[in-house]
Amino acid sequence: MNLDVLTQRSGEWLRGTGPEADIVISSRIRLARNLAEFPFVNRASDAVRAQIEDFLRERIEKLQGRRPLTYLRTSDLEPLDRQFLVERQLISREHAEDHGQCGVGVSSEENVSLMVNEEDHLRMQVLRSGMDLDAAWAEINEIDDLMEQEVAYAFDSQFGYLTACPTNVGTGIRVSVMLHLPALVATKEIQKVFQALQKIGLAVRGLYGEGSQAMGDFYQISNQVTLGKSEIDIMKSIKDVVAQILGYERRVRTALVKENRQALHDQVSRAFGILQNAQTISSEETMHLLSSVRMGVNLGLIDDVEIPTVNELFIQTQPAHLQKLRHQKLESAERNIARAAYIRQRLAENNPHTSA
Amino acid sequence: MKKCEHCSKPAVLHITELQDGSVEAHHLCESCAKEYLTQSSEPESVEVESSLSIDESDDSETAEAAPQEQPPCPNCGITFKEFRSLGRLGCAHDYSHFREELTRLIENIHSEVQHVGKVPKRQPDASRQQFDLIRLKLQLKEAIDEENYEKAAGLRDQIRQVELELRSSSPAT
Repeated sequence: MNLDVLTQRSGEWLRGTGPEADIVISSRIRLARNLAEFPFVNRASDAVRAQIEDFLRERIEKLQGRRPLTYLRTSDLEPLDRQFLVERQLISREHAEDHGQCGVGVSSEENVSLMVNEEDHLRMQVLRSGMDLDAAWAEINEIDDLMEQEVAYAFDSQFGYLTACPTNVGTGIRVSVMLHLPALVATKEIQKVFQALQKIGLAVRGLYGEGSQAMGDFYQISNQVTLGKSEIDIMKSIKDVVAQILGYERRVRTALVKENRQALHDQVSRAFGILQNAQTISSEETMHLLSSVRMGVNLGLIDDVEIPTVNELFIQTQPAHLQKLRHQKLESAERNIARAAYIRQRLAENNPHTSA
Repeated sequence: MKKCEHCSKPAVLHITELQDGSVEAHHLCESCAKEYLTQSSEPESVEVESSLSIDESDDSETAEAAPQEQPPCPNCGITFKEFRSLGRLGCAHDYSHFREELTRLIENIHSEVQHVGKVPKRQPDASRQQFDLIRLKLQLKEAIDEENYEKAAGLRDQIRQVELELRSSSPAT
């Protein structure tokens, strides 16, 4: 797989379709698995890590799933390329920073990724655009069954699937739904959501998972408990909560439009105007303004740009993406100029009404 | 990357503090975070998102008493104390070897101690042979480190033998 090809498009999970796609960016399910015959990754010497990687790579490459997978040995990639895969959510930040031999099998649509030698020997994830956990589960469950025919998983009848960290033991599942919640953030109602989630044991994370901050009003809601509840029950608790948050965000959006349509229209239009014209712009400001524009489009206040373009810009304006697009290393100040130029170009080509 | 709010180093720890119903976010570099966390009067109310949610203060008595008595895992060599400081176990056998201690910990984390849900279709319990393999591979590494090549050769033959047995006992696919 040529990573440069990927820069030109975005993963299928960003296409902005699927149920509730105005608020739900993506649904993701990850399973953590370990091989019974090897020590866990953190306890494995470089030589043993290499053995694990060879063993799993061979099996991933032969896997007869619905989608063919391309295997990349991430430890052989440049740091910039690894960062690029992180920005596309194909590998985790922990995986990108890992030492020792590791890799990932990805589908060409970028909605399946099987990470080898992350915290666990195997971390498999399926992504879907919009609210579509059932489809994600069906596919990851199938991949898990196929892998299981080839390898012996570490499993215990009391503790379930055994993981390097006891916080993941049992089902080894993490169900996450990424939400765009600009209205709840703007009205500070989001704090009530956090407190309610905390109480029922669900985690809230930013765009890039554990430890990352909420950028562009994106929040990932996911389960923390992995043992003592079935995969289906865990998914159900996430679905129930997401349905409530969606209703909440929509009510607040409607109220904002009703109470002060003009001010809201002004705010989202100004955000769009800055993005169309800025000559230098930071990643943080970009995320913030794109978030306003995204809400403006969903509320019918802006019709000069489409949601998939906005979704793509969130990812393509990230540091590693910009540098890949420009085929050169860029310092922060240079990136801000390149970012502004890229956004101007994308918004102009997307909008036939604008004269160049 | 965000900068630390106390100095100009990059922030690596993002702490969300919940107190009396209000939420406060802090972005700190490692050294400032250490200082922040040790200063904090109520450790229970601080949640470091990137770290394992084992509260050391929570059951200090059992945590202190257990590791001295418990020998290290015969397969991977990890002690329970080492696990507590690393937050990661060494091999699958640790779950059997430290079952009692882990059951307490797992109950704290998940409020349950029995798995429900998906079960592998074959080999529901990791077999004795697979644990043997972990132990033999560890011994092999030690033998090589000690330059005891005679011992290493013997261990390598044993590993091959166990691997062969494992292959033949697995159902044909």
